[in-house]
Amino acid sequence: MTEEIIIAGFGGQGVLSMGKILAYSGIMQNQEVSWMPSYGPEMRGGTANVTVILSDERISSPYLKLFDTAIILNQQSMDKFEDTVKPGGILIYDPNGISVHPSRTDIEIFQVEATKLAAEMGNKKIFNMIILGGFLKEKPIVKLENVIEGLKKSLSERYHYLIPLNEEAINKGMSSIIPYKAKEKVIQ
Amino acid sequence: MSELKLMKGNEALAEAAIRAGADAYFGYPITPQSEVIEYLMTEQPEKRTGMVVLQAESEIAAINMVYGAASTGKKVMTSSSSPGISLKLEGISYLAGAELPAVIVNVVRGGPGLGTIQPSQADYFQSVKGGGHGDYKLYVLAPASVQEMSDFVEDAFDIAFKYRAPVLILSDGLIGQMMEKVQLKDQKTRLTNEELIEKYGNWAVTGRKNRERNIITSLDLQSEKMEARVHRLMKKYEQMEKEDLRYEKILCDDADYLIVAYGSSARISQKAIELARKKGIKAGLLRPITLFPYPKQPLFELADQVKGILSVELNAGQMIEDVKLSVEHKVPVEHFGRTGGIIHTPEEVLEALEQKIINNERTRHHKTRESSIL
Amino acid sequence: MNVLDIIKPENQVFCKTKLMTDTALSYCPGCGHGTAHNLAMEVIDEMGISEDTIGVAPVGCSVLAYDFMNIDITQAAHGRAPAVATAIARTWPEKYVFTYQGDGDLAAIGTAETIHACNRGENIVIIFVNNGIYGMTGGQMAPTTLEGMVSSTSPYGREIKSMGSPLKMTELVANLPGVYYVTRQSVHTHKHARKAKKAIQKAFENTRLKKGLSFVEIVSNCNSGWKMTPNDANIWMEEHMFPYFPLGDIKVDGKLK
Repeated sequence: MTEEIIIAGFGGQGVLSMGKILAYSGIMQNQEVSWMPSYGPEMRGGTANVTVILSDERISSPYLKLFDTAIILNQQSMDKFEDTVKPGGILIYDPNGISVHPSRTDIEIFQVEATKLAAEMGNKKIFNMIILGGFLKEKPIVKLENVIEGLKKSLSERYHYLIPLNEEAINKGMSSIIPYKAKEKVIQ
Repeated sequence: MSELKLMKGNEALAEAAIRAGADAYFGYPITPQSEVIEYLMTEQPEKRTGMVVLQAESEIAAINMVYGAASTGKKVMTSSSSPGISLKLEGISYLAGAELPAVIVNVVRGGPGLGTIQPSQADYFQSVKGGGHGDYKLYVLAPASVQEMSDFVEDAFDIAFKYRAPVLILSDGLIGQMMEKVQLKDQKTRLTNEELIEKYGNWAVTGRKNRERNIITSLDLQSEKMEARVHRLMKKYEQMEKEDLRYEKILCDDADYLIVAYGSSARISQKAIELARKKGIKAGLLRPITLFPYPKQPLFELADQVKGILSVELNAGQMIEDVKLSVEHKVPVEHFGRTGGIIHTPEEVLEALEQKIINNERTRHHKTRESSIL
Repeated sequence: MNVLDIIKPENQVFCKTKLMTDTALSYCPGCGHGTAHNLAMEVIDEMGISEDTIGVAPVGCSVLAYDFMNIDITQAAHGRAPAVATAIARTWPEKYVFTYQGDGDLAAIGTAETIHACNRGENIVIIFVNNGIYGMTGGQMAPTTLEGMVSSTSPYGREIKSMGSPLKMTELVANLPGVYYVTRQSVHTHKHARKAKKAIQKAFENTRLKKGLSFVEIVSNCNSGWKMTPNDANIWMEEHMFPYFPLGDIKVDGKLK
């Protein structure tokens, strides 16, 4: 099994930490992992993306052109990464703030209303865990218990009290992800 | 046993320095390697092992602090990124001239000038062809994974003390910034001052006690003595070539076409040869792990087997010169690489292999020439 | 009386400094470096710390200090001695570490290293020999060359407007909290040399007490570079250098005078 994932959005949305939790989850089940961020002077509000690979074998390139899964959290990232999903792959996105929805018909597309759900749950920071839950529903590549272990590893101990909330968010994402049927682009 | 962790390359390197029993680290912040000193400052190794960590006022000061500690036989390291390494080169030349052991890490970014903070391999020439002034070379290790960022620290110290010479770990922004699973080594104890004096008292400046005075200098105003010093250095480099060359061959046994790449480019190229083999192209990868000494002989031998070689580097074509020197015109050698901080994708590398090597007129001509000889 | 009756240990009034080697000094006759070397070595010998002292030699006339001083010495790149000394003092906190630097080394190319080692209050001694010129390279203008003073790179005299004022590095570092002791001395007469020796001794005592950085400037001459006889050079130094670089303590026990 090898799963090649791109997660892209704004800095501050928890893009990098979502990737980190996923990578740690892979380690918990003895997989090879890599986590390759875009880095730069952009901080909060700028664009951020991370390539995460989980594999049963030694990972060759940590830097990729095409992905099995794209998790897309803003419009700039949609513009940039929709085309990088391999045919037959999946694209997961939060429709909040998306004006041009994905149009590919050779991939599976899903929506998670993570921004809205996080607000309902009263904590905007669990946004990324809702998304992660959605992803794990469609691609159960890591067991939930390993995600929780991964969370413990990547959160400093003073935040461990937040783990139940994170677990709730993951479950919320799992139950809220819905398929989206792309309307083919009309060629004018 | 040792711990398994998810770490950034830069952090793994910093942790490895503590665990290797380093006595001191001196550095100055620069992207994309600042995590090294940040990690060390957070970890407070002074409390863990007694290791000294100091943020210097400049890269120049940092490398000269390295020179100071190395003069006394201490295990000392510094790290920086390209523009900072340029500043350190004077000190690196002094370290080589004065025959001092030290580990220098370059997490390369794109240049020239202030360049870009994105990954690059454009410091190949600087690293293996001298860089600083004078007749000297560095032993250069090129890690291609976070695990190697960790492992190579101890290896580098071992080589540095074996030869009493500076060793360079040539990483880049990609390897430094990415996270992977890493198996950390167990903590090594630092030498006590008494142990150090016992081991290195024949040359280190530790205070002139029960012996003649020791002097550390790179200066010899008498030409004959200076030439003898240069010859002594050259002998070390010859010995490095004989005893400490490192490289890795991947899918080379039946390869018709060869990619030569180190560090992050080797990782990307490995994926490219996997893609190539899915298309039925027998491609292999030779990864130099040491850039000096360079795997000249393995390349020379592979040149009898393959029809063409692509040197893949994140630069405008630097290592290709060593590939060409190694294969002595036996087969066509071409370069492929993105610059400016752009990282080539495995697909781009494969495309370059097809266009520049497989479909190259000279490669085809070469094939026919070879078959005509047969 | 036979000469051999006179040469007896009990009649000895003067001898070569024990910690100086037998190597002939490479300095010009009349240069202050030889005396400054002697004083430093006398202090280290008298304090009984020669086995625990590590010196750092600069680039400049005293680049070969290690040929003359019979202690462990490492030779630093131009201007970087305070950085080199920082690392030695940090990794060997029980040792006595000193740098021996000239004005070009300390106050021009090594300004940053000097200021920052001082600012961190490294537990080291800096001996700064200021003769207002680059001696080794053949008499070029130094950061401490006086106004109007002729050198090979200020052949019409140092002009403040285009070349800046002579730099008072010693006053500058005295203002840094990390610096514990700052003094300016000279070694051109017995009287001055004795005072300079006391200052160097105080500096090494400060290291012993882990008080931080001690900075001893020695205003000296360069008769070759100044193109004078040794005696004229000393007179010129008194008349011109001392008014601009006045002798005396500037900071003692961490307090500005």
